[in-house]
Amino acid sequence: MLGIIIGVASVIVMLAIGQGSKKSIRDQMSSMGTNLIMVMPASQQRGGIMLGNSSAQNMTLSDVVAIEKDCPDVSAVSPEVRSSGQAVVGNSNWPTSVYGVNNKYFSIRKYTIKSGRSFSDKEIQTYAKVCLVGQTIIEKLFEGKTDPIGQTVRFKGIPLLIIGVLSEKGENGMGQDQDDLIIAPYTTVQKRILAITYIQSIYASAISEEKNNDAIDQMTTSLRNSHKLKDGVVDDFQVRSQAEMVQTFSSISDVLTILLGAIAGISLLVGGIGIMNIMYVSVTERTREIGLRLSVGGRANDIMLQFLIESILLSVFGGIIGISFGILMTYVAANVMNWPTVIMPAAVVMSFLVCSAIGIFFGWYPARKAANLNPIDALRYE
Amino acid sequence: MKKTIIEVKDLKKDFHVGDITVHALRGINLEIKEGEFVAIMGTSGSGKSTMLNVLGCLDKPTSGSYLLDGVSMGELSRNELAALRNNKLGFVFQSYNLLPRTSALENVELPLFYNSKVKPKERRERAIAALEAVGLADRMHHMPNQMSGGQQQRAAIARSLVNDPVVILADEATGNLDTRTSYEIMALLQDLNSKGKTIVFVTHEPDIAKFMTREVVFRDGHIIREGIVTDRYNAVELLKALPEEEVV
Repeated sequence: MLGIIIGVASVIVMLAIGQGSKKSIRDQMSSMGTNLIMVMPASQQRGGIMLGNSSAQNMTLSDVVAIEKDCPDVSAVSPEVRSSGQAVVGNSNWPTSVYGVNNKYFSIRKYTIKSGRSFSDKEIQTYAKVCLVGQTIIEKLFEGKTDPIGQTVRFKGIPLLIIGVLSEKGENGMGQDQDDLIIAPYTTVQKRILAITYIQSIYASAISEEKNNDAIDQMTTSLRNSHKLKDGVVDDFQVRSQAEMVQTFSSISDVLTILLGAIAGISLLVGGIGIMNIMYVSVTERTREIGLRLSVGGRANDIMLQFLIESILLSVFGGIIGISFGILMTYVAANVMNWPTVIMPAAVVMSFLVCSAIGIFFGWYPARKAANLNPIDALRYE
Repeated sequence: MKKTIIEVKDLKKDFHVGDITVHALRGINLEIKEGEFVAIMGTSGSGKSTMLNVLGCLDKPTSGSYLLDGVSMGELSRNELAALRNNKLGFVFQSYNLLPRTSALENVELPLFYNSKVKPKERRERAIAALEAVGLADRMHHMPNQMSGGQQQRAAIARSLVNDPVVILADEATGNLDTRTSYEIMALLQDLNSKGKTIVFVTHEPDIAKFMTREVVFRDGHIIREGIVTDRYNAVELLKALPEEEVV
């Protein structure tokens, strides 16, 4: 019965953990916005290996402008350029990234401005040296002084005036700190930091999650137009949606869950085999008892039923203990180890049914053997 | 004219052990009437145990006929045989065969469990009555390991009585008991027999056979001798004659 208990308990815990991680990732991703769409040059797809300069630099602001004009299902769009380096304030420094964007970026990426303001169109036009900072930057460079607005942070030698502070966002589903960043006008980053005229990626949001695919189609058409790609020529860019990534992660989680469940299922099978062994031993040990029952008028079916019921009771009882144990372990995992868990009612019901089935299946042969004993031989058995 | 309980005609039973065929019974003719107390005797291998198994519907004859209380046993199915064993027969074995970890009362109730016509309340009442008939009422809640050999055998006898069978079949019922206890059991059986119970008792001990009314002797699968028991022992008197048990 111990095998059944362990088997059932582990099935429940494994499935709970698997489902839990899936749900946790989904939740985190929705906090990033499920109608988020990203466009990157196609060459980035190959693990960052650039295949010739021109193919990585095929997106410009005019693409962004075109999207804004051509795509009714896109609610907002922003270019993005990015530079990594040291941010310096006085004696402190911290490696971080500066993102060059327009002021629609905040709503697209679901960043809220805690205090201060975003940059104006004029500041974009004049490559103004202004920026907003995330909470981690304040922690690391301003020793937690709550309002660094009006101060200056130097990035790659360029002084940027802090005009706003972003609210805390925490870690994303992939473990990255979303508060470790500086946001500046894209023109500023393009000209003053990176010395480029192209843009590295485009971020957009669809007007609703349902319109995601339509928005993606419209953006693809617009970009193909802007890049003058004829029919039949492959896209030189790649459009990815957050919803797609959520899907991917969900499927990966599902596979993981199934794998864990399968492993646990094997231990359940072993438990079933254990029950069969025990039932065989029980039949052997009680041979004389069976002979007696047959001699006083027990029919073969009575004997069969008796042993089948014992087998089922054994496995169902083990199943109940296993389910309780499994739920307990799930709570331990959730509260002590802080793993996200979701108990699947389906798993509980299924485990129960499987246990009963195991009881019947693995008890069948021993029960049949008992029922078919010859009373005389059984009575004489030592 | 007393009723014929058991009627056996030209009964043969063969066993196949590998290539060899053992002719355990080679054409038995036997008639047992109601109220008889029959000793079936013989040495090891004489066929007496096989005879008892056939009489007890635990084994089917190879050929010949066996009528139990007028019912021909030959054409019955396994389930019908089981019902027959339940209703018409009572078994007493040499090694008692009580269910361990089960009280005497529940042991005696066992045959009634397999009798669908008996309700739980009646089952209990009949079991208690059977225990009282064998003088074991004060031990009805004891487990077998809390009872002596004699008490266990009495419980087994009570079990054999509980379905009101037409015949009690005993297989070396005193084999595991000492002299005094054997006499006690024989006294009980004689008492039941005097009240009308038919008993067939397999034994290899001539002394035990002397308590019964009729002797049937087997050898090599045949009945070689049968007859009324003369100078029959009275178990109650013999018990009185035994030396007093030493108090330890």
